[in-house]
Amino acid sequence: MVKKKPKIKMENFSVWFDQIHALKAVSIDVFEHEILGAIGPSNSGKTTFLRSLNRFNDLTTDFRCQGKVVLDGWDIYKDIPIGNLRKRVGMVFALPVALPLSIFENVVYGPRRHGVSDKNRLAEIVEQTLKESYLWDEVKDRLHTSGMKLSGGQQQRLCLARTLAVEPDIILYDEPCSGLDPISTAKIEEAMIRFKKKYTQILVTNNTKQAARVSDRTAFFLMGDLIELDETGKIFTFPQDKRTNDYISGRFG
Amino acid sequence: MQRHFDEALEQLKQKLLRMSSLVEQSIGSSIKALMDRNAELAYKVIKADDAVNMLEIEIDELCLKLLALHQPTAGDLRFITSTMKINNDLERIGDLAVNIGQRTLDLIKVPPLKLKINIPKMATAAQAMLKDSLNAFVNKDSKLAYEVCKRDDEVDDLNHEIFMELLSCKPEDLTPVERVIDLVLVAKNLERVADHSTNICEDIIYMVDGKVIKHHITD
Repeated sequence: MVKKKPKIKMENFSVWFDQIHALKAVSIDVFEHEILGAIGPSNSGKTTFLRSLNRFNDLTTDFRCQGKVVLDGWDIYKDIPIGNLRKRVGMVFALPVALPLSIFENVVYGPRRHGVSDKNRLAEIVEQTLKESYLWDEVKDRLHTSGMKLSGGQQQRLCLARTLAVEPDIILYDEPCSGLDPISTAKIEEAMIRFKKKYTQILVTNNTKQAARVSDRTAFFLMGDLIELDETGKIFTFPQDKRTNDYISGRFG
Repeated sequence: MQRHFDEALEQLKQKLLRMSSLVEQSIGSSIKALMDRNAELAYKVIKADDAVNMLEIEIDELCLKLLALHQPTAGDLRFITSTMKINNDLERIGDLAVNIGQRTLDLIKVPPLKLKINIPKMATAAQAMLKDSLNAFVNKDSKLAYEVCKRDDEVDDLNHEIFMELLSCKPEDLTPVERVIDLVLVAKNLERVADHSTNICEDIIYMVDGKVIKHHITD
């Protein structure tokens, strides 16, 4: 059972992009060490919700927000410098973006920027994070070849290792397996479940079955509203809202 | 949006309805055969069980296929899992009809018991429970399902009553002893019909309301 200590408290949080009200006064507690799944059709606000947690929406022009997102007691829009926030809140994207560097340098890119220069320490970080991402066995003999030569599934695991290398508390996943084969998908999911000991994770996915497989709780978004949030088992067997039922049964979206 | 999957679910529902009408018919005929001392009808009931058994397997296979291929969730998932369980209960009720048929064939061989016992009343009550449980399934009517569950006690009481009556009958009525035993077994079979109807209703309540009421567990 997940310990019910809130890591993140989102309170009455709204987001606008110009005139579009993308997230409507959403309140969610994300508990420490849980995997929170966020599902919903396009334009439901699930990705906006995710990007509110590491202030990625700030990069979009005409972004406005209201309300609070509190991480470990600190308001992330007021109290924490954005660089510190992004170090603590890692993100894995839909499209794996391997940097045009070796596998080794891809992983240590973050730690180097944060001042780690000891060769042994860097090698340690590479081995540990690649192992945690289930990539080590496939690349350990060619760490100095280009990361861009890896397959899509391997690149995604490389990105995961790169995220882990800066030792975040929280990992956000935006459709992490959308282009991946079932085996790579299974490896990412397996890694996520193991990560629960160390990290708080939030997964946005269009694959509702993936949310069902890995999330502890699942939130259903629709047109900027949080419709329902409950234990994943409950959401996928007896959701309270008909719209949740219809969405996860593939009746719309 | 109309899904291809909805057609498959409808097909499953139709198969279960076919199964339930066969079983209802079997129970009805078995009781009629018993009352009328009609051996031909009793044989018919016994023979008809093959079709019920085949259909049970067909429904099971279709459920497994739908679970494997569509990985249903929420309402669809509850419908399929409930159907699997109801299917099982219906098959058992079919077996009980066969059993009543076999007891009937035995009872026809001996003169009827002079003592008036209340098997017809019990049969009517059990049959009504079965019929209503199937109506509750068709109409997704959890209120009716609750009501059927409550009626199980009446049938249990009738069963006990019949048992006590037979136990206290006069020595001349006790022979042949097989006759009394057969009647006890018929009552027991009817009581089981009511139990399986109750199970069906419990599954319907889960399917419709998501509530587990079996074993007197309330949330």
